[in-house]
Amino acid sequence: MARHLASHLAQLVATLLVATAAIFVLLRVLPGDPAIVALGIEASPEALAAWRAEHGTDEPLFDQYLDWVGGLLTGDLGTSHVTAQELTPLVADRVQVTGILVLLGMLIALVVAIPVGTLAAVWHRNAGGVTLSAVSQVGVAVPNFLVGVLLVALFAVRLGWLPSGGWTAPADGLGEFWRHVLLPAVALGSVQAAIITRYVRSAVLEIMREDFLRTARAKGLTFTGALVRHGLRNAGVPIVTVVGVQIASMLIGAVVIERVFAVPGLGSLLLDSVGNRDLLAVQSIVAVLVVLVVLLNFLVDLAYTLLDPRLRRAS
Amino acid sequence: MHPDYPGFVQILTSRRAVGAAAVLTSVALVAACSAGSSSGEGEGARTDVVVGLTGEPTNLDFTTTSGSAIPQLLMNNVYEGLVTIDQEGAVQPQLAESWEVNGDRTVYTFRLHDGVTFSDGSPFTADDVVASIDRVQEDWTLSLKSKMDVVAKAEAKSDTEVAVTLKRPSNAWLFDMGTSVGAMFPDDLSADLATEAVGTGPYTVEEVATGEHITLAARDDYWGEVPPIEDITVRYFADANAQANAVRAGDIDMAYNLQTPDLLAGLEQDEELQVIDGTSTGEVLLALNNDEPPFDDLKVRRAIMYAIDRQAVLDTAWAGHGQLIGSMVPPTDPYYQDLTGAYPHDPDQARELLEEAGAEDLSITFDVPTRPYAEAVAQVVVSQLQDVGIDATIVPTEFPAVWLDKVFTKHDYQMSVILHTEARDLLTIFGDPDYYIGYDNPRLTEIAQQADRGSPDEYVAGMQQVARMIVDDAASNPLFLFPNTVVADARLTGIAANATTESMDLTGLRWSDG
Repeated sequence: MARHLASHLAQLVATLLVATAAIFVLLRVLPGDPAIVALGIEASPEALAAWRAEHGTDEPLFDQYLDWVGGLLTGDLGTSHVTAQELTPLVADRVQVTGILVLLGMLIALVVAIPVGTLAAVWHRNAGGVTLSAVSQVGVAVPNFLVGVLLVALFAVRLGWLPSGGWTAPADGLGEFWRHVLLPAVALGSVQAAIITRYVRSAVLEIMREDFLRTARAKGLTFTGALVRHGLRNAGVPIVTVVGVQIASMLIGAVVIERVFAVPGLGSLLLDSVGNRDLLAVQSIVAVLVVLVVLLNFLVDLAYTLLDPRLRRAS
Repeated sequence: MHPDYPGFVQILTSRRAVGAAAVLTSVALVAACSAGSSSGEGEGARTDVVVGLTGEPTNLDFTTTSGSAIPQLLMNNVYEGLVTIDQEGAVQPQLAESWEVNGDRTVYTFRLHDGVTFSDGSPFTADDVVASIDRVQEDWTLSLKSKMDVVAKAEAKSDTEVAVTLKRPSNAWLFDMGTSVGAMFPDDLSADLATEAVGTGPYTVEEVATGEHITLAARDDYWGEVPPIEDITVRYFADANAQANAVRAGDIDMAYNLQTPDLLAGLEQDEELQVIDGTSTGEVLLALNNDEPPFDDLKVRRAIMYAIDRQAVLDTAWAGHGQLIGSMVPPTDPYYQDLTGAYPHDPDQARELLEEAGAEDLSITFDVPTRPYAEAVAQVVVSQLQDVGIDATIVPTEFPAVWLDKVFTKHDYQMSVILHTEARDLLTIFGDPDYYIGYDNPRLTEIAQQADRGSPDEYVAGMQQVARMIVDDAASNPLFLFPNTVVADARLTGIAANATTESMDLTGLRWSDG
């Protein structure tokens, strides 16, 4: 296990080095001078020069890079050029918002997808299964912002049950938190539910053809008992893989839902920062995302070994 | 149902599963119902207002950070000037009770209101006025500060009397004193303006939650009439549709400067809402690069004027909300004149002019900033240009970063479209040959300077002449005046919908009893 951790740590460091260097260089190639964006069209040339000197954007690129990476290592993301805000608490705040949204969305997706996908597999030869399969197929094709807009139109505008957007942190009132998080989480989760249903269905279908299931039934277990005790656990490995990949993509994909529901999440911050050419903020957010994704992969790996003892021995 | 697997199906449809589903549904319903009851109706007039806006301030310091978002929120609400600009665009007293102008109109003597304090408790005196005027030259970094270049000196005559001496008479200066350059700050400024606003206005900035909202709280020690609304929450939306949905759902009481023309027809039918199209100082300008072919040729520029059906552009791109102006002067400016008839829509005339210029089968590029109004306008413009034989290729240009760099700074464009929001920006845009339009007319600068020095009547006449010259030279094509659309709860009164300066004046808001 220790060796396992060490290899992951090494992987994290290597990924971070490559990712930070790449994002740093790419951002510098992007057209648009952060000084002009920060000070605007009314700024005088002297003011622009003073701004560049103050924020160090006129220093050699390599020095800027070292400065930034040094800060990253100590957990200090620096101060935004544009908003003059400390980035570390800001990004931490946004990670929390998006994290809650994504995890809740994924929870909703799994609660729907596991039973529905299993049913679709079990019923795959009759009308019920075909219907579930078709519905999930359609669900995959529906963009999540459309679901979001429809949810707002129905629950916020027409029925007035829930707010059309905004955000309340759990610490500022649980009731308000749930009212604000419900619609975006459902919008985010529903499309994921459709996607994961497809994977659950095919994973369970696969398992149903396995010899060990027939053996279990021959030993006297009911079909349900055999599927629950031996089948689902085996189907778990591919499902966990998909869940990991989807969570990673949702971290940034949530930006669309964040825009629709005016939720101040990480993706929105990234988008705004790109627009403002707030380079320091952009590269810091991307670095945080890289760390999150690598951590996620680690957790997925861990889940494999929990689900399947054979993998534990192999590693 | 497959006969092989009855047991499994039974579990999923069992009472326990149904029960679980019921619990989930009821949790959602309880959450939803408690939502309905907390919106609090009745029990006396409300003392809070939630305003929705797009375009969030990056910080609170408009002396070093450009863009209209900061003064929009702070001017009149948190900061005040000696004078202010009213809903009709006229100069009105604010911190100055009255003022006198000497014979050659170079010395303005302001008499200040008594008993005015800043939000930090310090009294507002003539020294603060002198310091604030001096500070524009010393500490402001925006070129906006050039509006105060005309000031020779400001002196405190007594605690409540200030004399400002101008280098030459200026009609524009007093108006400018009603905008952000005229904001009054304490003379011993210890606060960091980026995070703390210290003004004399009826509100203070209570909380800044980046990406979400800024809250304003009424001051009970305000020198004037304390406003009835005690708490104002200004929520910022990244997306105009989300802003529209929020006002429709009642999550915000007022959507200011709402930019969703397609949704307005639906909102107008909602009896609980009021839709007001205020005026603004924002002109949507089809900008032509006068320095580069083909638009260095007057005939080609005039062809563009005749080729565009501005009414059709307004109707198609912005659902008819807005106003045709025919020049870069909005109707709330004293020197407004109706020039909408100067270039009627006449494709034949346009084709003729292009032929005379030897510019048939013209191909141009069209830099379109990534903003909804610009993208909407561009489609119509391209198809109208096609009718007269001009093939315009749209180049989507990221706004603000790339547009500022490419079009505005490097002048690397042929045609673009952009909303110029600054008040009285005629000379900023067309008076400087180095500006991105590249319009060079030395006579214009001369006439404008004479007008500024002259009597108020001469000022109006001179500026009208300037506006006409720009139109005659077809320097660029002012498509329409952008509306300042406000959608609000029908019970909200005192809405200042006319954006005659960058300020969004919230001080008059109150709830009607009905």
